[in-house]
Amino acid sequence: MADLNVGDAIPELKVTPDKYLTHRYAGASGDFNPIHIDAEFAKAVGLPGPILHGLYMMGLVARANAALADGDPRALKRLSVQFRGMGAPETEIVVSGTVKSVDGDTVVVDTVAAQGENQTIRNAEAEVVVG
Amino acid sequence: MSVKTDAIGKEWPATTYEVGKEKIGEYARVLGIENPVHFDRGAAKAAGFRDVVAPPMFAVVYSSPAVGPAMFDPDVGMNFAAMVHGGQEFEWGEPACSGDEITTTAKCLDISEKDGKGFYIFETNAVNQNGDLVAKGTWTLIVRGV
Repeated sequence: MADLNVGDAIPELKVTPDKYLTHRYAGASGDFNPIHIDAEFAKAVGLPGPILHGLYMMGLVARANAALADGDPRALKRLSVQFRGMGAPETEIVVSGTVKSVDGDTVVVDTVAAQGENQTIRNAEAEVVVG
Repeated sequence: MSVKTDAIGKEWPATTYEVGKEKIGEYARVLGIENPVHFDRGAAKAAGFRDVVAPPMFAVVYSSPAVGPAMFDPDVGMNFAAMVHGGQEFEWGEPACSGDEITTTAKCLDISEKDGKGFYIFETNAVNQNGDLVAKGTWTLIVRGV
Protein backbone atom coordinates (compact mmCIF):
# COMPACT_ATOMS: atom_id res chain seq x y z
CA MET A 1 0.00 0.00 0.00
CA ALA A 2 1.22 3.47 -0.84
CA ASP A 3 2.24 5.75 1.98
CA LEU A 4 -0.64 6.93 4.11
CA ASN A 5 -0.53 10.24 5.91
CA VAL A 6 -2.69 11.79 8.58
CA GLY A 7 -5.84 13.17 6.98
CA ASP A 8 -5.77 10.86 3.95
CA ALA A 9 -9.04 9.21 2.98
CA ILE A 10 -9.03 5.42 2.60
CA PRO A 11 -10.68 3.92 -0.50
CA GLU A 12 -14.44 3.75 -0.02
CA LEU A 13 -16.15 0.37 0.15
CA LYS A 14 -19.66 0.31 -1.31
CA VAL A 15 -21.93 -2.70 -0.80
CA THR A 16 -25.65 -3.10 -1.35
CA PRO A 17 -26.87 -6.07 0.71
CA ASP A 18 -29.65 -7.95 -1.06
CA LYS A 19 -33.02 -8.86 0.47
CA TYR A 20 -31.76 -12.21 1.79
CA LEU A 21 -28.39 -11.04 3.13
CA THR A 22 -29.58 -11.02 6.74
CA HIS A 23 -30.59 -14.69 6.41
CA ARG A 24 -27.17 -15.64 5.08
CA TYR A 25 -25.43 -13.57 7.77
CA ALA A 26 -27.61 -15.20 10.43
CA GLY A 27 -26.50 -18.62 9.18
CA ALA A 28 -22.85 -17.64 8.92
CA SER A 29 -22.71 -15.98 12.34
CA GLY A 30 -25.27 -17.95 14.35
CA ASP A 31 -27.26 -14.81 15.26
CA PHE A 32 -30.89 -15.65 14.42
CA ASN A 33 -32.50 -12.77 16.32
CA PRO A 34 -35.88 -12.42 14.52
CA ILE A 35 -35.52 -8.63 14.16
CA HIS A 36 -33.04 -9.46 11.38
CA ILE A 37 -34.90 -12.18 9.52
CA ASP A 38 -38.63 -11.97 10.23
CA ALA A 39 -40.45 -8.98 8.69
CA GLU A 40 -43.63 -9.54 10.72
CA PHE A 41 -41.72 -9.74 13.97
CA ALA A 42 -39.67 -6.66 13.10
CA LYS A 43 -42.81 -4.65 12.35
CA ALA A 44 -44.48 -5.88 15.54
CA VAL A 45 -41.63 -4.35 17.57
CA GLY A 46 -41.86 -1.04 15.73
CA LEU A 47 -39.18 -1.46 13.08
CA PRO A 48 -39.81 -0.66 9.41
CA GLY A 49 -38.71 -4.18 8.49
CA PRO A 50 -35.84 -6.59 9.09
CA ILE A 51 -32.68 -4.70 10.02
CA LEU A 52 -29.06 -5.54 9.24
CA HIS A 53 -26.93 -7.14 11.95
CA GLY A 54 -24.65 -4.50 13.47
CA LEU A 55 -21.82 -7.03 13.41
CA TYR A 56 -22.33 -7.52 9.65
CA MET A 57 -21.72 -3.80 9.13
CA MET A 58 -18.73 -4.03 11.49
CA GLY A 59 -17.50 -6.84 9.23
CA LEU A 60 -17.64 -4.46 6.26
CA VAL A 61 -15.72 -1.84 8.28
CA ALA A 62 -13.09 -4.53 9.00
CA ARG A 63 -12.99 -5.48 5.31
CA ALA A 64 -12.50 -1.85 4.19
CA ASN A 65 -9.59 -1.43 6.61
CA ALA A 66 -7.96 -4.80 5.85
CA ALA A 67 -8.02 -3.72 2.20
CA LEU A 68 -5.28 -1.20 3.11
CA ALA A 69 -3.02 -4.27 3.46
CA ASP A 70 -4.42 -6.08 0.40
CA GLY A 71 -6.87 -7.99 2.59
CA ASP A 72 -4.20 -9.65 4.75
CA PRO A 73 -6.13 -11.03 7.76
CA ARG A 74 -3.09 -10.37 10.00
CA ALA A 75 -3.16 -6.63 9.27
CA LEU A 76 -6.11 -5.60 11.43
CA LYS A 77 -4.91 -5.46 15.04
CA ARG A 78 -7.82 -3.72 16.72
CA LEU A 79 -11.25 -2.45 15.73
CA SER A 80 -13.60 -0.56 18.00
CA VAL A 81 -17.03 0.59 16.82
CA GLN A 82 -20.19 2.23 18.10
CA PHE A 83 -23.51 1.17 16.60
CA ARG A 84 -25.60 4.29 16.17
CA GLY A 85 -28.21 3.64 13.52
CA MET A 86 -30.17 0.74 12.11
CA GLY A 87 -29.16 -0.54 8.71
CA ALA A 88 -31.62 -1.80 6.12
CA PRO A 89 -31.21 -4.43 3.39
CA GLU A 90 -31.46 -3.35 -0.26
CA THR A 91 -29.82 0.01 0.48
CA GLU A 92 -26.25 0.90 -0.39
CA ILE A 93 -23.76 0.98 2.49
CA VAL A 94 -20.73 3.22 2.08
CA VAL A 95 -17.75 2.64 4.36
CA SER A 96 -15.36 5.58 4.42
CA GLY A 97 -12.46 6.52 6.62
CA THR A 98 -9.74 9.02 7.37
CA VAL A 99 -6.25 8.33 8.69
CA LYS A 100 -6.09 9.69 12.22
CA SER A 101 -2.52 8.77 13.15
CA VAL A 102 0.53 7.04 11.70
CA ASP A 103 3.20 5.26 13.75
CA GLY A 104 5.75 3.45 11.61
CA ASP A 105 3.84 0.79 9.66
CA THR A 106 0.71 1.14 11.78
CA VAL A 107 -2.12 3.49 10.94
CA VAL A 108 -5.24 4.31 12.92
CA VAL A 109 -8.26 4.98 10.73
CA ASP A 110 -11.42 6.79 11.85
CA THR A 111 -14.14 4.92 9.96
CA VAL A 112 -17.86 5.43 9.31
CA ALA A 113 -20.47 3.16 7.73
CA ALA A 114 -23.51 4.97 6.35
CA GLN A 115 -26.64 4.47 4.30
CA GLY A 116 -27.23 7.93 2.86
CA GLU A 117 -27.34 10.33 5.80
CA ASN A 118 -27.88 7.52 8.28
CA GLN A 119 -24.55 6.75 9.95
CA THR A 120 -25.04 3.20 11.21
CA ILE A 121 -21.50 2.93 12.58
CA ARG A 122 -19.70 5.96 13.90
CA ASN A 123 -16.46 6.64 15.74
CA ALA A 124 -15.02 3.35 14.51
CA GLU A 125 -11.32 3.17 15.15
CA ALA A 126 -9.23 0.64 13.24
CA GLU A 127 -5.57 -0.09 13.90
CA VAL A 128 -4.01 -1.55 10.76
CA VAL A 129 -0.47 -2.63 9.95
CA VAL A 130 0.05 -1.53 6.36
CA GLY A 131 3.77 -2.24 6.03
CA MET B 1 -30.18 3.26 40.55
CA SER B 2 -32.28 0.46 39.24
CA VAL B 3 -29.75 -1.70 37.45
CA LYS B 4 -28.36 -4.63 39.42
CA THR B 5 -24.60 -4.45 39.73
CA ASP B 6 -23.96 -7.69 41.63
CA ALA B 7 -22.66 -9.41 38.49
CA ILE B 8 -19.72 -7.03 37.99
CA GLY B 9 -16.61 -9.17 37.99
CA LYS B 10 -18.52 -12.41 37.47
CA GLU B 11 -16.98 -14.94 35.09
CA TRP B 12 -18.73 -17.70 33.19
CA PRO B 13 -17.51 -21.16 32.18
CA ALA B 14 -15.39 -21.36 29.04
CA THR B 15 -16.85 -22.48 25.73
CA THR B 16 -14.83 -24.23 23.03
CA TYR B 17 -15.23 -23.90 19.28
CA GLU B 18 -13.46 -25.94 16.61
CA VAL B 19 -12.81 -23.80 13.54
CA GLY B 20 -13.83 -25.41 10.25
CA LYS B 21 -12.68 -24.61 6.72
CA GLU B 22 -16.17 -24.40 5.19
CA LYS B 23 -17.47 -22.24 8.06
CA ILE B 24 -14.64 -19.77 7.42
CA GLY B 25 -15.55 -19.72 3.71
CA GLU B 26 -19.24 -19.17 4.46
CA TYR B 27 -18.42 -16.24 6.75
CA ALA B 28 -15.95 -14.64 4.31
CA ARG B 29 -18.40 -15.03 1.42
CA VAL B 30 -21.28 -13.28 3.20
CA LEU B 31 -19.01 -10.27 3.78
CA GLY B 32 -17.91 -10.30 0.14
CA ILE B 33 -14.28 -11.06 1.03
CA GLU B 34 -12.51 -12.75 -1.88
CA ASN B 35 -8.93 -13.30 -0.66
CA PRO B 36 -8.21 -17.01 -1.45
CA VAL B 37 -6.48 -17.49 1.93
CA HIS B 38 -10.03 -17.81 3.35
CA PHE B 39 -11.07 -20.58 0.93
CA ASP B 40 -8.04 -22.41 -0.43
CA ARG B 41 -5.62 -24.41 1.72
CA GLY B 42 -2.77 -24.06 -0.79
CA ALA B 43 -3.19 -20.29 -0.99
CA ALA B 44 -3.33 -20.02 2.82
CA LYS B 45 -0.16 -22.07 3.29
CA ALA B 46 1.64 -20.16 0.55
CA ALA B 47 0.82 -16.96 2.47
CA GLY B 48 2.35 -18.39 5.66
CA PHE B 49 -0.75 -19.64 7.48
CA ARG B 50 -1.05 -23.09 9.09
CA ASP B 51 -4.32 -23.70 7.22
CA VAL B 52 -7.25 -21.78 5.72
CA VAL B 53 -7.43 -18.62 7.86
CA ALA B 54 -10.48 -16.80 9.19
CA PRO B 55 -11.16 -13.11 8.52
CA PRO B 56 -10.67 -11.09 11.74
CA MET B 57 -14.39 -10.59 12.37
CA PHE B 58 -14.87 -14.37 12.49
CA ALA B 59 -14.09 -13.65 16.17
CA VAL B 60 -17.84 -13.14 16.49
CA VAL B 61 -18.47 -16.76 15.52
CA TYR B 62 -16.19 -18.37 18.10
CA SER B 63 -16.68 -15.76 20.86
CA SER B 64 -20.48 -15.36 20.83
CA PRO B 65 -21.22 -18.74 22.46
CA ALA B 66 -19.34 -17.52 25.54
CA VAL B 67 -21.32 -14.27 25.75
CA GLY B 68 -24.76 -15.92 25.52
CA PRO B 69 -24.83 -17.43 29.04
CA ALA B 70 -23.52 -14.16 30.47
CA MET B 71 -26.30 -12.16 28.80
CA PHE B 72 -29.01 -14.56 29.95
CA ASP B 73 -27.74 -14.84 33.53
CA PRO B 74 -30.45 -13.71 36.00
CA ASP B 75 -27.67 -12.11 38.11
CA VAL B 76 -27.13 -9.74 35.18
CA GLY B 77 -30.87 -9.33 34.72
CA MET B 78 -30.97 -7.66 31.31
CA ASN B 79 -34.32 -6.86 29.71
CA PHE B 80 -33.81 -8.29 26.22
CA ALA B 81 -36.88 -6.65 24.72
CA ALA B 82 -35.21 -3.26 25.25
CA MET B 83 -31.63 -4.26 24.48
CA VAL B 84 -29.45 -2.95 21.66
CA HIS B 85 -25.84 -3.67 20.78
CA GLY B 86 -24.20 -0.33 21.52
CA GLY B 87 -20.57 -0.99 20.78
CA GLN B 88 -18.01 -3.64 20.05
CA GLU B 89 -14.25 -3.88 20.14
CA PHE B 90 -11.88 -6.65 19.18
CA GLU B 91 -8.13 -6.86 19.55
CA TRP B 92 -6.52 -9.66 17.57
CA GLY B 93 -3.51 -11.82 18.26
CA GLU B 94 -2.77 -15.10 16.48
CA PRO B 95 -4.92 -15.66 13.39
CA ALA B 96 -7.64 -18.33 13.73
CA CYS B 97 -7.15 -21.18 11.27
CA SER B 98 -9.13 -24.21 10.23
CA GLY B 99 -8.59 -27.00 12.77
CA ASP B 100 -7.94 -24.63 15.68
CA GLU B 101 -9.74 -25.32 18.93
CA ILE B 102 -10.57 -21.97 20.47
CA THR B 103 -11.54 -21.60 24.11
CA THR B 104 -13.36 -18.43 25.11
CA THR B 105 -14.12 -17.11 28.57
CA ALA B 106 -16.52 -14.28 29.36
CA LYS B 107 -16.48 -11.82 32.22
CA CYS B 108 -18.72 -8.91 33.24
CA LEU B 109 -16.53 -5.81 33.32
CA ASP B 110 -19.11 -3.23 34.30
CA ILE B 111 -22.79 -2.45 34.74
CA SER B 112 -23.86 1.16 35.07
CA GLU B 113 -26.78 3.47 34.48
CA LYS B 114 -26.95 6.82 32.74
CA ASP B 115 -29.95 8.82 31.54
CA GLY B 116 -32.34 5.93 32.09
CA LYS B 117 -30.21 3.48 30.14
CA GLY B 118 -28.33 0.50 31.49
CA PHE B 119 -24.84 -0.13 30.13
CA TYR B 120 -23.60 -3.72 30.36
CA ILE B 121 -19.99 -4.36 29.39
CA PHE B 122 -18.62 -7.87 28.92
CA GLU B 123 -15.13 -9.01 28.00
CA THR B 124 -14.26 -12.19 26.14
CA ASN B 125 -10.82 -13.73 25.88
CA ALA B 126 -10.34 -16.36 23.20
CA VAL B 127 -7.21 -18.52 23.15
CA ASN B 128 -6.21 -21.31 20.77
CA GLN B 129 -5.00 -24.85 21.52
CA ASN B 130 -1.46 -23.52 22.03
CA GLY B 131 -2.59 -21.02 24.65
CA ASP B 132 -2.07 -18.05 22.31
CA LEU B 133 -4.54 -15.19 22.50
CA VAL B 134 -6.63 -15.11 19.32
CA ALA B 135 -9.05 -12.29 20.10
CA LYS B 136 -10.07 -10.19 23.04
CA GLY B 137 -13.56 -8.74 22.73
CA THR B 138 -15.35 -5.94 24.58
CA TRP B 139 -19.13 -6.07 24.15
CA THR B 140 -21.27 -3.08 25.14
CA LEU B 141 -25.00 -3.78 25.42
CA ILE B 142 -27.46 -1.00 26.16
CA VAL B 143 -30.90 -1.50 27.72
CA ARG B 144 -33.36 1.34 27.39
CA GLY B 145 -35.76 2.30 30.16
CA VAL B 146 -34.07 0.69 33.17
